[in-house]
Amino acid sequence: MPTDAKADVKESEILAAGYEVSHSKSPLFYDKYERKGDLQGQTHYCPGCGHGVAHKLIAEALQDLGLQDKTIFVSPVGCSVFAYYYFDVGNVQVAHGRAPAGATGIKRSCPDKIVISYQGDGDLAAIGTAEIIHAANRGEKITVFFVNNAIYGMTGGQMAPTTLVGQRSTTSPWGRRPSNEGFPLHMAELIAGLEAPVYVERVALSDNKNVMKARKAVRRALEIQRDGIGFSFVEILSPCPTIWAKDPVEARKWVAETMIPNFPLNVFKDRKHDPVVNAVVPQRSVQEVLEISNAPVGPDAPIRAAESLGDLPQGTPSSGTDSTKARPHQHHFKQFEIKVAGFGGQGVLLLGQLLTEMGMREGLEVSWLPSYGPEMRSGSAHCHVCLSKERIGSPVISHPDVLVALNEISLRKFASQVAPGGLILYNAERLPADFQLPPARVICLPASVIADKLGSTKATNIVMMGALLEETECLLAATAEGVLKSKIKKVEMMETNRKALAAGREFIDHYVRVGAVSQPDGFAY
Amino acid sequence: MRQLCKGNVAIVKGAILAGCRSYFGYPITPASEVAEAAALYMPQIGGTFLQAESEVAAINMVYGAAATGARVMTASSGPGVSLMQEGISYCAGSELPCVIVDIVRGGPGLGNIAPEQSDYFAMVKGGGHGCYRNIVLAPASVQEMADLTVLAFDLADKYRNPAVVMADGFIGQMMEPLDLEYREVTIPERPWAVQGTAETRKNLVSSIYLEPDDLEAHIRKLEAKYIRAAAAEPRHENFETEDAEVLLVGYGITSRVLRSAVEMARREGLKAGLFRPITLWPFPAKALLEASKKVSKILVVELSNGQMVEDVRLTLNGKVPVEFYGRTGGNVPSVEEVHSQLMQRVMALV
Repeated sequence: MPTDAKADVKESEILAAGYEVSHSKSPLFYDKYERKGDLQGQTHYCPGCGHGVAHKLIAEALQDLGLQDKTIFVSPVGCSVFAYYYFDVGNVQVAHGRAPAGATGIKRSCPDKIVISYQGDGDLAAIGTAEIIHAANRGEKITVFFVNNAIYGMTGGQMAPTTLVGQRSTTSPWGRRPSNEGFPLHMAELIAGLEAPVYVERVALSDNKNVMKARKAVRRALEIQRDGIGFSFVEILSPCPTIWAKDPVEARKWVAETMIPNFPLNVFKDRKHDPVVNAVVPQRSVQEVLEISNAPVGPDAPIRAAESLGDLPQGTPSSGTDSTKARPHQHHFKQFEIKVAGFGGQGVLLLGQLLTEMGMREGLEVSWLPSYGPEMRSGSAHCHVCLSKERIGSPVISHPDVLVALNEISLRKFASQVAPGGLILYNAERLPADFQLPPARVICLPASVIADKLGSTKATNIVMMGALLEETECLLAATAEGVLKSKIKKVEMMETNRKALAAGREFIDHYVRVGAVSQPDGFAY
Repeated sequence: MRQLCKGNVAIVKGAILAGCRSYFGYPITPASEVAEAAALYMPQIGGTFLQAESEVAAINMVYGAAATGARVMTASSGPGVSLMQEGISYCAGSELPCVIVDIVRGGPGLGNIAPEQSDYFAMVKGGGHGCYRNIVLAPASVQEMADLTVLAFDLADKYRNPAVVMADGFIGQMMEPLDLEYREVTIPERPWAVQGTAETRKNLVSSIYLEPDDLEAHIRKLEAKYIRAAAAEPRHENFETEDAEVLLVGYGITSRVLRSAVEMARREGLKAGLFRPITLWPFPAKALLEASKKVSKILVVELSNGQMVEDVRLTLNGKVPVEFYGRTGGNVPSVEEVHSQLMQRVMALV
């Protein structure tokens, strides 16, 4: 095997001589093309086709760079769909146009391997335009060889995205008309215009001199990948004598005289270093990421009170020693269903989640089901919370035991659903004048006003929670504090929430339990 | 220890437990939390998360990663899954194990983002081109979102085939307690994978067989796998079926409504039962026949205008009258609604 230096010397000599055709076969090709079926001694490419030459340049480069065992070759759909007949490397055949996506999946899984995406013009520049642009734009550390012969070969001569203006094909029978089919796409220039690619060159298999330039480009592209520098792309203008209806010599001439003037040969980009700066992602264990406690699990395993329940006040029954057993709080229901509703931004979904988390911590079966919709202004939101001593069937609540209505729309919309004898907590001083009372108890409390006075309207939902807990005793207020503490990181906000919780409970104590009578027109405050 | 978790997030947690460290996807409501959870977790544990330029690219990235032997997944919803169908067919054709999650929304076309079960045909019957099957699992709770994702990876490996976790917008969006147990994962040997090594240099991942006889032989080979899976893998859940005179059949979120409807019917003295397929393919036909032995009527309920009901009817083959009730457009029937349908149809029988 010649060293690179020697190869360079030889190359310059060859170029000086102006011609050289090597008939040797790279050992990187299989000896016999066993996957091919018939005629295992020859390729399926037509005489004079550029694919044979392009294959050879790649095979020799991989061989010389010692990359055979490290290489994964992705073959496309098109004439080169059977590249895996020939290359004695790992082979993956992919869907039409998707080779850069497939290669991305491969490279991300095997980052230290050499991944080659070999594509034709229909594959890369028509159906796979999005895939190539985005793989290039991400700077995937792969090498793409783009064989451009300005025509669809395998399917029999239809127009390609690179077909020249005026060039006839079976689907542009009068020649490509830009008014109908647009202009040929210049992929190398497009790719070079992106930030991430480090090496972009267009070469041509038009004559021996250009073939030698192509040989060099192929090597450069693979070296860039070997060194982990970034995305490399070589566009190879290539003859297709069969579809062009020319003999091999004329076809090469057509590349030189017609294609090159339209697709200028150039090194569009050749950067030495990958310029990308990445943020550092902290590394954690699977258990940490999944929030799996390392403590033993199962019905007899102790749960860690401090972590799971937050800091509970003194005297509150804290850690049950059994994670599946209900907390000492005797839940007075078999199943308790709460619907929370209001505007988006009122903490509707959060209130539901907090109640659900509390139920879970008290050993109940729980479910939380949100309404969800596209993000938009003035959206309304509601959620269903089920607390149950048994496995929960439908999480969709038809007749809630409690409706927490944070605004008038929600009251009007959902009040009639409340189970007979159920409870409506309405965020206002009184009910709307024309509101027809359902057969449920209604408590009006101006939670937003109370929260405002405590310093944050955002705590409206927590005032409601305090009232809900005090009035229904469905869950423990102490659990609420624990849950709030574990969910709310900001100290000031926690303080406000603690006050809000207390204020909600106090409201019930003062105005509902002590003397006050629930009136449709609300309570004095 | 139980944690309160969203269904879509539980999928990723299950996937990580199953040893999956590669996620390629594209956002879509109501499945985006799957991608968001993967984006958050995967890079922290040395894994890969990549937001692809489209679902088409995403499934082909899955194909590439699976070809190297990686445990890999993607997730989407109706329209996105439609775009993935070609790639899923390629995965099946090339015998690549991978997991695809479909958090089904309303269709056809853009439809809406509310829950439906209208992708049953698309996922269970194929959806893409050619003679292949997806293994399809239908979780009905947040816990099952994680558990069945783990199972999906195992089955995908066992049969070298795509496995689908098919839920709906509600199961994806809801929160319930989730119990996860850390386990060491042994990913099976993959002598067929292409890994850029001397040992795997001889390997080829491909789905092309130009000669009709070769392709037919390949399809027969796939078929043999499917026959094995159909015998070994059906899973279901019975609820109050032992003495049931009427049987409700439904999966996913619908099965939860039906469970409550069974309880309501029983309170009123009607011997109702619930049959819930957990694997949609292979369909638990044997178990359904067993559960239907003493049944005089079956009511299938779906969030579609009737897709799984075809498999129920094929299974029963006329032995028991099979009625259907469906809601679409994102409407999920209430327990009372199903109950009233059940009573009407039972009364009609009398």
